[in-house]
Amino acid sequence: MLDFWRLYAKSPSAVFGLVVLIIVIILAAVASLIFPEDPFRLAGTPMSGPGENGFLLGSDTLGRDVAAGILHGAKTSLMIGLIATLAAVFIGIFMGALAGYYGGLIDDMLMRVTEIFQTIPSFVFAILLVAIMKPSIESIVIAITVVSWPGVARLVRGEFLSLKNREFVQACHTLGMGDFQIMMREILPNCLSPIIVIGSLMVATAILIESGLAFLGLGDPNIMSWGFQIGAGRTMLRSAWWVCTFPGLAILATVLAINLVGEGLNDALNPRLRDRN
Amino acid sequence: MTQELLRISNLDIALPAGADRDLAVQGLDLTLSPGETVCVVGESGSGKSLTARAVMGLLPAPHVRVSGGSIDFLGEDLTKVTDARLREIRGSEISMVFQEPMTALNPVMSIGKQIDEVFRFHGTMSSKERYENSLKLLTDVNLPDPAQIMNAYPHELSGGQRQRAMIAMALALSPKIVIADEPTTALDVTTQAQILKLIKDMQGVYNTGVLFITHDFGVVADIADRVVVMQYGKVVETGSVDKVLNNPEHPYTQALIAAVPSLQPRTARQASDKVVLDVRGLKKNFGGGKSFFGLGKPTRSVAAVRGVDLQLHRGETLGIVGESGSGKSTLARCIIRLMDNNGGDILLEGVDLAKLGRAAMREWRPKIQMVFQDPFASLNPRIKVGEIISKGPILQGVAAEEAETRTRELLSIVGLDERAFDRYPHEFSGGQRQRIGIARSLALKPEVLIADEPVSALDVSIQAQVLELLEEIRESMNLSMIFITHDLRVAAQVCDRLAVMRYGDIVETGLTADVFANPTHEYTKALLDAVPGKGWKQAADAA
Repeated sequence: MLDFWRLYAKSPSAVFGLVVLIIVIILAAVASLIFPEDPFRLAGTPMSGPGENGFLLGSDTLGRDVAAGILHGAKTSLMIGLIATLAAVFIGIFMGALAGYYGGLIDDMLMRVTEIFQTIPSFVFAILLVAIMKPSIESIVIAITVVSWPGVARLVRGEFLSLKNREFVQACHTLGMGDFQIMMREILPNCLSPIIVIGSLMVATAILIESGLAFLGLGDPNIMSWGFQIGAGRTMLRSAWWVCTFPGLAILATVLAINLVGEGLNDALNPRLRDRN
Repeated sequence: MTQELLRISNLDIALPAGADRDLAVQGLDLTLSPGETVCVVGESGSGKSLTARAVMGLLPAPHVRVSGGSIDFLGEDLTKVTDARLREIRGSEISMVFQEPMTALNPVMSIGKQIDEVFRFHGTMSSKERYENSLKLLTDVNLPDPAQIMNAYPHELSGGQRQRAMIAMALALSPKIVIADEPTTALDVTTQAQILKLIKDMQGVYNTGVLFITHDFGVVADIADRVVVMQYGKVVETGSVDKVLNNPEHPYTQALIAAVPSLQPRTARQASDKVVLDVRGLKKNFGGGKSFFGLGKPTRSVAAVRGVDLQLHRGETLGIVGESGSGKSTLARCIIRLMDNNGGDILLEGVDLAKLGRAAMREWRPKIQMVFQDPFASLNPRIKVGEIISKGPILQGVAAEEAETRTRELLSIVGLDERAFDRYPHEFSGGQRQRIGIARSLALKPEVLIADEPVSALDVSIQAQVLELLEEIRESMNLSMIFITHDLRVAAQVCDRLAVMRYGDIVETGLTADVFANPTHEYTKALLDAVPGKGWKQAADAA
């Protein structure tokens, strides 16, 4: 563990990303303490600039506090990103492992199914799914999961394909080990590194998709989100720039941080890329 | 003697901080004259390859670099010249032949183009002259139909042909020195013999100095004029080939040479009449499947094993020898049911394993076990050694504590410390890992052990120890063993009987001594002829 941290800490940008990410997580965690009120509440004078009328980051056209929205929105973004990614990784591992391990007809069928999902542009597909299911936090998570698992499935399939013919796996066959145990105990732990890396990057994508959906008005109407804030403020971009700008910066910082962390994990977990300078 | 081409004096090569030693090569002295072949011999990690790379200026800088001494090439110190000068020298004055011709050649460029490049970078010849020169080179290295090979891509050639093309490239500008880094290690013995002869012939024509890096004393005996023996980055002995091979002075050299298996076959043990394993007409084809939905053309089918018959008697070691592609590993994997065969019977104690389903086979698994070739790929890096070994018995229903006791016993039987139990495979060397693999296969108390090239990835001194261990175990547990190898020296030491395979067929079987003394099949004769250094060790052992 200590070795791993030392490798990770080698890259300053990865450490920077981690610091930013931790700050975002802390802000999300304390959102209800700092702003105990509903972020949709009309808190004061509409269109106040940053610092005016007691609003740190200003207020929007209806007098909602932008800062409160950003903190509560952080909670939404992180939660959706995490849950959707976990679900997608789970489905991806399931499909990829079966396809890679058994090959043949099972592989053909599972991969054709995966390809059907991959041929539809993912954001359009997500919009379609949310529109059909009616916007709610559950439907958004489901939509993001559905559009993001194929990547994991492809990755896991490739890893399983190469690992299943290794001699240590063959040795397990000769000992009489069952298929399920070979997959879970022998092969899967050996492909965790790339899965962790792709998973961390998927969190960032999920946050972007959620923001995009909320921006288009397909977010959960009862839950504050960065995308919703930007969508609400876009018509007054010239008269009240702060309504869009601060949530936008929050998205930028969070997605960038997660990408840097993912990159750092990749370098630390993939020994062949070490010392590539 | 004419003037020396190369004089390496007191060369130090530094490794990055945190490596297992500070200097990869320490205080190395070496000279090379025109027309001479100097062999640098050593086991893995001795620094022999880095020495070769240092001469070419190909060290993986900045982590590994020359930290002291000089490499004097006709008055120029190669450790001090500019990069531009070094590029001029490479290819035209000093050239290199690598171990693996498939990766050393550019896969998306035709052979002709790659040779042409060498001329283009180092001269002013017209394209017609360059073409004619390339053609002549390919003819010189005895490639069949050189004009066609000019247009061929590396994957279209065999391993031996690729290595010939590499040698043609290395010789393109008649360099004064050719550095050959294990050029025949990736090749079959018969091909190896041809390539060694080719290097010798070419050297005669061009009067080149050859610096030949190898781990194989048989090859040394065939090709060297002088020998430099390296251990842990230091030269321990240097001298003429005759002196070093036949009267080694340093204890390390003596140990290395003693570890080279003799070609003198062992006397076969009294064979039991009882047949443990009876393989009849075993067939295995690859490919020939149809694509999805049965559309498209079926893929070409290749017969890897064509109706093999084998009998393994109780307590004997049956060697299966052959070159790469002969189907020997496929045969082993069919017998142990890692692959389904396409016909034939595998009778173990009268039961046909080939007809058993996966679940029924599980009961029979303990009776037949396997030791794998690559000690680095055959152990799961994420699982502790104790668990790797005890897993087999636990799967067969042995209680966890009993399995652990047996595992600790096995660790001591294969010569490992009991503390190995709680360690991960990466903490062990190749030889130790192979011992772990052997312990795993023994944990189920098998009747038949299949060893698939168990020592071919190991250094020669380690190889001798592992072979000894296998012998002891075979003896004490009364195992019957199928021993697969490409190395006739190893086969001579281990096997009671031999089966020689080629293209999926067994072409000859018999007692090891008989096969060695009176080979009946052409192919067996060719194999025996091609064993490197056969004159040397035989003479020495007979004496």
